[in-house]
Amino acid sequence: MAAESAAVEFRIDRRSGVATYLQIVQQTKQALRLGVLEPGDRLPTAREVVAATAINPNTVLKAYRELEREGLVEARRGLGTFVRRTLGGAPDATAADAPLRTELADWARRARAAGLEKDDVGALFTAVLDSTYSTNGTESAGRSHKGDQER
Amino acid sequence: MTGVAIEAHGLGKTYGRRGGGHRALHDCSFRLPAGRVCALVGPNGAGKSTLLNLAAGLDRPGAGSLAVLGSTEPAAVRDRIAYVAQDKPLYPQLTVADTLWAGAELNPGRWDRTTADRIAGTLPRAARVRTLSGGQRTRLALALALGKRPELMLLDEPMADLDPLARHELMGVLMAETAEHGTTIVMSSHILTELEGACDYLLFVDGGRVRLGGEADDIVDAHALLTGQARDLAPHTVVESRTTGRQLTALVRKEGPVDTAAWAVTQPSLEELLLAHLRSPEAPPLLTPSASPVPGAVREEVASA
Repeated sequence: MAAESAAVEFRIDRRSGVATYLQIVQQTKQALRLGVLEPGDRLPTAREVVAATAINPNTVLKAYRELEREGLVEARRGLGTFVRRTLGGAPDATAADAPLRTELADWARRARAAGLEKDDVGALFTAVLDSTYSTNGTESAGRSHKGDQER
Repeated sequence: MTGVAIEAHGLGKTYGRRGGGHRALHDCSFRLPAGRVCALVGPNGAGKSTLLNLAAGLDRPGAGSLAVLGSTEPAAVRDRIAYVAQDKPLYPQLTVADTLWAGAELNPGRWDRTTADRIAGTLPRAARVRTLSGGQRTRLALALALGKRPELMLLDEPMADLDPLARHELMGVLMAETAEHGTTIVMSSHILTELEGACDYLLFVDGGRVRLGGEADDIVDAHALLTGQARDLAPHTVVESRTTGRQLTALVRKEGPVDTAAWAVTQPSLEELLLAHLRSPEAPPLLTPSASPVPGAVREEVASA
């Protein structure tokens, strides 16, 4: 057990169809966007992740290499993997009291009042999101690299 | 971690009398690099247990050669191997405490008491082994295996008797062990989903030989599911194909780039891949470079029995 506990834990859904290492990458990014992870925080070690999730350690290392390649984390020898920077254009935009979030929450309430189901709202939101962001390609989901398997 | 855990050349094993015997393994060749967690999968009677028995040095091959942890005599490196056979052989009259004590006595200089005790967990120490449930016996057998601090773990159907919670916990223990010590683990099962996620390497045994071997990701990447108008699939190797009306669905081994204008291409799951190979016994075997045995790497040939 490490002296200082890790800042997050990962949930692996084997039925999701998303590659396991990508789930770790995505959950880390989500935590960075939401401010759950901050610069200087330590990610759990491969041993900690696999003991809790029963996945292969190489999968965790592959996810961490991907995050490192994107400059989000850095591995410090013998110490662990640490967060280097946060994600998201405006750092405070996702905070609970941020104006954009408040407006969106208002909008979601109106959608519900108008009789939209959760799935309808999700589909509508995705459609608007896709059309808004379709021209400028944002980050891609990071493909796997050949030869990435070495320990 | 480098090196080779197991290397087999033309391995054969026949049970029963000559001529009328059952050929459990025949011309079975592969290599397993050290530090991998390998799923040994295949249908019942494919030869999985025979292969594990030979690797553990409990039996001798009838033909071919086998090197385990660099030794052509697996029995000579038995102190570096832990083997948990399918029937979890333990002494029924011993108590749990006696069994753990015996583990320490039989593995002087290697025994990791803390690990063994942690895995034995809540097992009643005074209970005799014969009174334990199947799942409890598995837990005790794994405690012995891990307490030995082996370099190579051979586990035959290790999860079969365990409830889902114990399965998840013990699989986590095994993964932590390999993360920390680089232990090579071979786990057999005829249920792939039991092992998927935990294993990064695959040996698919069918009809006594290895039909697919290598990094699980690379094996999946080498194949594609193609759907489109019926037409020639060349140059790709067809594992399985099916025509419905004008539509052709095929699982192919890619030989060069796939024409994405002609075909809708998806990646098969590992399970789809294995099922397709089971239905097509004539599909050629595939070993990735790391799983291909190096000619001449195993010097001593075992005399034909």
